[in-house]
Amino acid sequence: MDIVKLLAITGSAGVLFFVLELIRRGRLKERYALLWLAAGAVLLILSLSRGLLETIAKLVGIYYPPSLLFLVAFVFLLLITLHFSAVISGLSEKNKHLAQEVALLRQALDELKRSGPEHR
Amino acid sequence: MPFPGRGGSSPLHLTAPVRLIMIPGPATCRFLPAQTMPKTLIIVPAYNEEDSLPGVIRDLGMHFPEGDILVVDDGSRDRTAEIARAAGVGVVRLPFNLGIGGAVQTGYRYAQRQGYDIAVQFDGDGQHVAAEIRELLAPILKGRADLVVGSRFLKRGDYRPPFLRKVGIWIFSRTLSAIIGAPVTDTTSGFRAVNARVIAFFARLYPEDYPEVESLVLLHRAGMRIEEKAVTMRGRTGGKSSITPIRSAYYMIKVLLAVFIDLLKK
Repeated sequence: MDIVKLLAITGSAGVLFFVLELIRRGRLKERYALLWLAAGAVLLILSLSRGLLETIAKLVGIYYPPSLLFLVAFVFLLLITLHFSAVISGLSEKNKHLAQEVALLRQALDELKRSGPEHR
Repeated sequence: MPFPGRGGSSPLHLTAPVRLIMIPGPATCRFLPAQTMPKTLIIVPAYNEEDSLPGVIRDLGMHFPEGDILVVDDGSRDRTAEIARAAGVGVVRLPFNLGIGGAVQTGYRYAQRQGYDIAVQFDGDGQHVAAEIRELLAPILKGRADLVVGSRFLKRGDYRPPFLRKVGIWIFSRTLSAIIGAPVTDTTSGFRAVNARVIAFFARLYPEDYPEVESLVLLHRAGMRIEEKAVTMRGRTGGKSSITPIRSAYYMIKVLLAVFIDLLKK
């Protein structure tokens, strides 16, 4: 077994293990772990099977098969960051609405207090 | 037990029983029935405007007393909210700074919940003239427009923008006029009046960072009628403008991009 293969297998297995461990401890929600799990699994399969790696590399015209691993990892990272950007956009929208809601509720409360205790 | 309005036992209770279940807004007392006097809210977005706010509130009270005033304090670090409260107008205080879009939208949400027929956006820095609100409202009251923009450029006034600003204004004006299919001269004006349809629209969807230009495109795409009215613009009465040359350039690019993206949205 050559060094590249060994590195690739430990790397992808490590990612997979780490992500699963985070989920198990409740530190990572499944919704945000799916892409990580897929990345780990695909990289692990490609690392384990040299034949599969070489076939796909040949198919897309990559001369040095292990660099296909880099390409796959890169695409997954791109997807993950894009996913995060979308999630952040949603969160900032919700955050804005919460701030507005808090402000409106506080105003209503002030108004209620001012209208006197007998009307509460 | 119902909440009495500000006017205590005014005849309002007999003519408009629906209002009894509402929490009273920053209402000045209304004696006229609803048909002749639409419920009007003046939304005053204010960020660190303690210097100019008293003058703005005085101006509004003097020249447009039939409107309820709501100051939206956008997380100011000065005494903006206290000053507005002391002046006896409604205050909504955001827990942190949202920027002009988020602040103004808070006002529209308030207007929608309190059942206002008309909302007027009026800057807290003192550059708008309260005496011109009535003119701004005319097309809406006639049912001719859904949104009326107060334009600084329709009549010759003392407003002379610096050269670069002029170029920016020209580009915006041309772009917007082409999209809307009618001349729009002042795309960035924060002095505007809207009817209940637009209040509901803005309560749901209002652009964030530099919302004036984008909101015109959104409204046009939603089939709303936009009209311009000539207004005058004063210099600031206090405080500091948030506009700098670099920010203006960044602003232009960003807004134009946002406008084109809006056009592509479903």
